[in-house]
Amino acid sequence: MPLRDETRMLLESMDRLFQDKCTKQLIDDAEKGTFPSDLWHAVTETGVPLAALPESAGGADAEWSDLYYVLRVTGRYAAPIPLAETMLAGWIAASSGLELTDAPMTAGPVRTGDKLTLERDGNGWRLTGQATRLPYACSAARIILITDGPDGEMAVALDSTEGAQTTEGRNMAGEPRDTLTFDHLRLAADAAAPVRGGTTRETLYRRGALARAAMMSGALERAMDLAVTYAQERQQFGRPISKFQAVQQNLAVLAGQTAAAVAAANFAIETLSRNDPAAEEFAVAIAKTRVGDAATLAAEIAHQVHGAIGFTQEYALQLATRRLWSWREEFGADSEWAARLGRMVCARGPENLWPALTAA
Amino acid sequence: MTGLTFRFDPVTLPPEAIALRAEVRAFIKEHEHLMGFTRSGFNRDFSRAMGKRGWIGMTWPKQYGGHERSSFERYVLIEEMLVAGAPLSAHYTGDRQSGPNILRFGTEQQKQHFLPKIAAGELTFCIGMSEPNSGSDLAGTRTRAVKVDGGYRINGSKLWTSNAHRSDFAILFCKMAQEGGAEPDRHAGATQFLLDLKSPGIDIRPVRNLLGEHHFNEIFLTDVFVPDWLLLGKEGNGWNQVTSELSFERSAPDRFLVFFQVLREMLRMAGPNPDRATAAALGRLVAQLATLRSMSLSIAGMLQDGLQPNNESAVVKDLGTRYEQDIPVVARQLFPTEPELEAADLYTSMIARATMNAPRLSIQGGTREILRGIIARGLGLR
Repeated sequence: MPLRDETRMLLESMDRLFQDKCTKQLIDDAEKGTFPSDLWHAVTETGVPLAALPESAGGADAEWSDLYYVLRVTGRYAAPIPLAETMLAGWIAASSGLELTDAPMTAGPVRTGDKLTLERDGNGWRLTGQATRLPYACSAARIILITDGPDGEMAVALDSTEGAQTTEGRNMAGEPRDTLTFDHLRLAADAAAPVRGGTTRETLYRRGALARAAMMSGALERAMDLAVTYAQERQQFGRPISKFQAVQQNLAVLAGQTAAAVAAANFAIETLSRNDPAAEEFAVAIAKTRVGDAATLAAEIAHQVHGAIGFTQEYALQLATRRLWSWREEFGADSEWAARLGRMVCARGPENLWPALTAA
Repeated sequence: MTGLTFRFDPVTLPPEAIALRAEVRAFIKEHEHLMGFTRSGFNRDFSRAMGKRGWIGMTWPKQYGGHERSSFERYVLIEEMLVAGAPLSAHYTGDRQSGPNILRFGTEQQKQHFLPKIAAGELTFCIGMSEPNSGSDLAGTRTRAVKVDGGYRINGSKLWTSNAHRSDFAILFCKMAQEGGAEPDRHAGATQFLLDLKSPGIDIRPVRNLLGEHHFNEIFLTDVFVPDWLLLGKEGNGWNQVTSELSFERSAPDRFLVFFQVLREMLRMAGPNPDRATAAALGRLVAQLATLRSMSLSIAGMLQDGLQPNNESAVVKDLGTRYEQDIPVVARQLFPTEPELEAADLYTSMIARATMNAPRLSIQGGTREILRGIIARGLGLR
């Protein structure tokens, strides 16, 4: 079942876009604090960020799976933009009838320990709690948060971090991860609405995890690309280092892990169209666990093959490996998703393991 | 553009494959008493029963006793049988590689003679490749064939031949004896024969494995006569043919299900509500298994499309055997026991069986090092 033609064409054009515009200079500048507006604008022009939303919300009713395949491309190019976050924020906002934009958005909470409470205050609301390590919160034009309201989960839309106590932060890849603390922040009535269309806090977490798995699989492809190319170019002892069996065996392992990561991410991405939350939960747990595992081993091997040059800031490998090290922890580390998966299969019992794995 | 050299496209099983799964599970339930720990049981009656159901030679042309079903249906059948520990050995090799190789290189007479019998579960084949001095280095084969009137005379020996002692035929890999000295081309003269194991001059001796089981054999060939009609393919084409036979062997879906029952027992030991560390260790294994299955299904898809996914098969076998060898390692960390083969307790005996069988997984059917070399070649490094 190869990719549909439209999907293939979309991915090829996104690949060309990033190859063209997402230079190392741009990524380095982003890490120093310059948001890449031109790149974001180019991405927005493709319609991709909101494409999976209904046309009434500014989307194109595209397949969610296509968009997750695009996230692999952003991972491959280490694109320093909140594409996944905008997709997820748009999904929540559109479902709840909140205003959205195609400017950069972010969604949260992204960590299970965060507590966000919404209380009524006259005809408005008061927001209390903390959203930790929100990607790109300080650059976002919209911040969509899922909170615990008086009658259930409520989606909240903020225009900026104004009114929150903000601590800027960064992950190991230098991507913004800002913590917002709210102390009874007053919000207008239309800033919040009940969650709808399955966009719960739990689902956001799950889809965020899948986004990171997709992005990591792209970063893995990039790390492997660099390692294979480098091994064939770098000469020592009168021959390319790719001629040494020790190096060949390592690259073979790297290739296997990369292939497994892509397969695992694909497996989970394909469940998106099924409208089966249990199947999606199972598949995402598999993907985030497997891709996280692959990322760990692959980053090691990619660096080992490169020798000292791979350890520099100037050489491109670190753009991929710092992202692998960061993204494997986000929206639940692989150990957390492995534990979820383990609990799922143990709860269903040993006789249901094979049926669960072979459920069509 | 992308470094992803190997494609593993997602696959959805077609409805006929899903329907077949229910049928196979019912058949397995009927034959519950014959199921074991792995598929290594040898039972000709069971193989004949499978043959009657049309579950051997599933993808072969009907004119040769096959059933022209899809690779996906075969995949579903095999994976259900493997997980159940069905006794497949009396037909598995013939189905997986000997038959397909005869289909690819055989004469019309050979196809008509052998394939229907293999598909009926009536003819058992084994693999005549490895020798004492050539395992990974198959081109170092010393068994020699000389052309004589009406056929060939063969001398040499084979080693590690699983089930040779109860097989009917072997596909023998050897070389035509050369006049004079050294061979400039190590693959020159390589030839395959369909060897009747009842032929005079064949002496089969058991080689017990470290569990004390008899699966391996050594086959001694002293002036064994093979008639002309049992030459497979062409003299000197043996290297291509044996490579093809190996690729059939390696693209089978059985590189990560050998210890499935152990994983299931580990879930039983964990109970319905394990602690975090236990859950995570089991979850990691399940994630690897699910991913391997997904990749293996992709390979079935490629086979269905008529491709020869040699690199992808090497990847899945390499990853699969690493995952399988981790199973008894993780088991003893989570649920320590003093393993004993014949213990009454299922878990205790299973761990003994898995621990002692583990080393062969990354050796048989292509060592880990060779597979990684194949992958490296696929990456353009060799």
